Amino acid sequence: MLREQEELDVKIGLEVHCHLTNLKTKLFCRCSADYYNKEPNTNICPVCMGLPGSLPVLNEEAVKQALAIALALGSKISEKMIFYRKNYFYPDLPKNFQISQYDKAGGQPLAVGGQIRLQDKVVRIRRIQLEEDPAKIVYEGSISTSPYALIDYNRSGVALVEIVTEPDLTTPKQARLFLQKLRAILEHLGVCNCELEGALRCDANISVKGGYRVEIKNIGSFKDVEKALTFEITRQKMLGAKKGMETRHWDDVRGVTVPLRVKEEEMDYRYFPEADLPPYIITKELIEEVRASLPELPDARRERLIRQYNLPPQTAEILTSHKALADFFEASVKEYPGSPLKMANWIVSDILGYLNRNDLDPSSLKLKPKDFAAVVKAVEEGLINEQTGKTLILKAIATGESIEERVFSAASKIKDEAAIARLVDMVFKENEKAVKDALTNERAVNYLIGLVMKASGGKADPHLTRSIIMSRLKKVGN
Amino acid sequence: MPRTKIGVSTVKHLAWLTRIDLTDKEAREISKQLSRILEYFNKIDEVDTSGVEPLYHPLEMQKVARSDEPAPFPADEILKIVPSKKGRYVKAPKIV
Amino acid sequence: MAKIDLKNARRLAEMVKAGEVSAVEAVEASLSKIRELDDKINAFITVCSERALAAAEELDSRLKRSEQVGPLCGVPVAVKDVISTAGIETTCGSKMLKGYIPPYDATVVAKLKEAGAIIVGKTNTDEFAMGSTTEFSAFGPTKNPCDLSRVAGGSSGGSGAAVAAGMVPLALGSDTGGSVRCPAAFCGVVGLKPTYGAVSRYGLISYANSLEQIGPLASNVDDCALLYSCISGWDPMDSTSYRDRPKEAAPLREGAKIAVPKEFFGEGVEEAVSRRVWRGLDALRDRGFIIEEVSLRSLNYALPAYYIVAMAEASSNLARFDGIRYGLHLKSGFRDWNTYFSRCRAEGFGPEVKRRILLGTFILSAGYYGVYYLKAQKIRNILKSEFQQIFSRYDLIAGPTMPTTPFKIGERVEDPLLMYLIDVNTVPPNLTGHPAISVPVHREGELPVGLQLIAPYFCEERLFQAAKIVEESLRR
Repeated sequence: MLREQEELDVKIGLEVHCHLTNLKTKLFCRCSADYYNKEPNTNICPVCMGLPGSLPVLNEEAVKQALAIALALGSKISEKMIFYRKNYFYPDLPKNFQISQYDKAGGQPLAVGGQIRLQDKVVRIRRIQLEEDPAKIVYEGSISTSPYALIDYNRSGVALVEIVTEPDLTTPKQARLFLQKLRAILEHLGVCNCELEGALRCDANISVKGGYRVEIKNIGSFKDVEKALTFEITRQKMLGAKKGMETRHWDDVRGVTVPLRVKEEEMDYRYFPEADLPPYIITKELIEEVRASLPELPDARRERLIRQYNLPPQTAEILTSHKALADFFEASVKEYPGSPLKMANWIVSDILGYLNRNDLDPSSLKLKPKDFAAVVKAVEEGLINEQTGKTLILKAIATGESIEERVFSAASKIKDEAAIARLVDMVFKENEKAVKDALTNERAVNYLIGLVMKASGGKADPHLTRSIIMSRLKKVGN
Repeated sequence: MPRTKIGVSTVKHLAWLTRIDLTDKEAREISKQLSRILEYFNKIDEVDTSGVEPLYHPLEMQKVARSDEPAPFPADEILKIVPSKKGRYVKAPKIV
Repeated sequence: MAKIDLKNARRLAEMVKAGEVSAVEAVEASLSKIRELDDKINAFITVCSERALAAAEELDSRLKRSEQVGPLCGVPVAVKDVISTAGIETTCGSKMLKGYIPPYDATVVAKLKEAGAIIVGKTNTDEFAMGSTTEFSAFGPTKNPCDLSRVAGGSSGGSGAAVAAGMVPLALGSDTGGSVRCPAAFCGVVGLKPTYGAVSRYGLISYANSLEQIGPLASNVDDCALLYSCISGWDPMDSTSYRDRPKEAAPLREGAKIAVPKEFFGEGVEEAVSRRVWRGLDALRDRGFIIEEVSLRSLNYALPAYYIVAMAEASSNLARFDGIRYGLHLKSGFRDWNTYFSRCRAEGFGPEVKRRILLGTFILSAGYYGVYYLKAQKIRNILKSEFQQIFSRYDLIAGPTMPTTPFKIGERVEDPLLMYLIDVNTVPPNLTGHPAISVPVHREGELPVGLQLIAPYFCEERLFQAAKIVEESLRR
């Protein structure tokens, strides 16, 4: 289990930023929040550009979606949500402060507490808060060589939900699994289209043997989280005893973390309440309204899949760890309800295997449930054998081309008894020893069937082949 | 205990935090002025505020939020006033 | 042509509506007065003659077509240069925003236009509204029209002077710690700080956002009330603007009680000021009001609490001025963005603004937050409770607006603390959010003095009613 490899000196905490991609507008203004592939600086207004005199107005739908996340994680919702200013200077901050939330000095974020369960490990959530995204900086070349910074404010002001964990994680693998689970929850909630670039970002905090804590920024993917943490553990162990806090930057090209700030300045954000936004009272009615509309979440779905389709827990767990896989499974079962277990197994082994080998995300699966169902059905009905079936699937998996035709052509097998009998006779003649073995050994029977199938180019009807072989064997036995 | 002096090094640190370049002369001058003002501020120590909540907003406001409906602003009107651009990007000096 | 009186907005609007005078004539009268006097007074940073005349022409055409026009029909209005006006330079009295042309109108500006008013120019202000005499403007101080060697008050000194000198009948200012009431008192006009949330702040360039309100200045109470009615109201663009206003209480009757805190007559208050203020209170007493002395202990701490909160908020509100998206821009040759920001802000901000930003940053910094900022906000709460308690027994609170008559230019400008002290009576209603008005109580030949009246939340009508009584009695 996960806890076996725990190193009790290692403490890892994660700070995840989830962009609420399904909102139409930004958090504090009515600019479009859709910034993907847009011309720079087209979705801007006085508010998200920080023009003097502009004022923020809260997007209620953002509050509802953030509440959905908090409820899904079992967090305690604050009665009053207060926005705070986080003051610092950076070219991507149009006001040189970020409107965010805070959980100290009288601050009240959207929610505190909650947890995510990973098999036998519980990871506690410290807080969940709403905040605005900074703008995007683009460089010519790399950050160090670019002669200037180019700023695009399309992203400025977009709604983010920040989810901060307690430092309960103890291995890099746990961190990756936590992120996967969180992602599955967010996808099931429908609040974040996680495959969009930058929709889910993560910073990690790690300390080995206490006393020295490192914040790692600029981690691009969940795999990178595991790599960066693994690197940091090694690096920190080599350092020996050290005190203090440091911020480092993950360089994914070189596979190392590098120091970020030259000056070891303690960042004093001078948090204080945002006077332009009155406290937002989160009523019981609102909470119940959001709770009532929560869709089925991964854990609940896993349990249902186990019950409804008689799946082994591990299989159900894997399916529900990616919404796309679970959706694919259920859609396929709808097309052909005859053998859910086989479908589930093929998905978690062959299909997922293919995706992992090619570093693909389950959401990029192009195979259609209709086609997958047709193949499994054909195999179940004996029209084609498993090997053929899997080959067909792997052909279509990358392209999504319709394979129903191929299934049928593969399935146009030889039902002609006489033709099969001739093949059986030929095989018997060429494999005397196997025939003798087959009298007592089931495995040898299968071997003979396989030979006939091979000889027929896979087209011989397996059941018919078996019955003809069995009757021949009887004759031989006599 | 509140300090009654804001020394020159504090002033320089504040100037860094708030990105305002100060000459040494200015820093010394400001240090004197701010210390004097801060001393006056210390008067508030005389008030017993135990058990009192801070008042961040003078009036209790009702729930204030808006719908998720877009209302675009003419972006080019804003880009017009940006002093330094490259194409449609706002240009700023380099980071490192 | 009928005589245009630029000290009576209501009458002027009626005349324009009735066709007795054209909007163009009204605007020309104002522009001509500005040309005549403003070289000496320096009330205006920008005068937009062409734009104003074009707007006036457009208004006249609409009137000819018998179209509906609002209650400020054709009235020339001046707008303090901290309020955003689309297409018109808005400098906040600072080098930092010299040349800045906002791409949008403040909500109050849109409302002015809707009401038919014609904006003739942007008035002088202490830089970013930080000051009490307009001496901290990057464009030179505004002189008091009553005596050009004296200050006009601040930070809305330009608006106060423009009205007092008869350049415009109406002007908008902003009041964070007294910045509408102080110039009103020093220039001898009427100025109102509305209840916090009564008037939209969208477009008001922030100095201290939990304290400030845009407020009207006029030569008389009725005009002040008229302008207020045009600019007030809920604004969906301002989350702190108040939506469901309580119903206005019944007008004040005989026997209405006015509380006069003795703390408002503290040791800094001049004898001349006291006398003139009591003149105003006596006028109210003659009309049947009951005047009683009270004590509000927390008033002694309002000034430091105000400056602590205001400077803290200012340090954050002014962070956005970094020379990247608008305003002052320095030519390249900078090592990096940190150097650029620091240089730009050093050159764009004047000394008072720098002081407040630095001290505000100190107040918010780790270790001091609880001792200063948090404590000040608690004192604010105590002050509010004390005010509410007084209002449960009294209908109004009164006292001198300013502790002194307008002093000579240059007298206090070298000593920040000495300058801050004159706000002692004006800051309390900013901290608590209550509405407050300043109405002149001096006679011809005397230096201007204002009587300040404070009312419960959203009881501006009460302020106008009582101020009008004072105004009428002093006219006699």
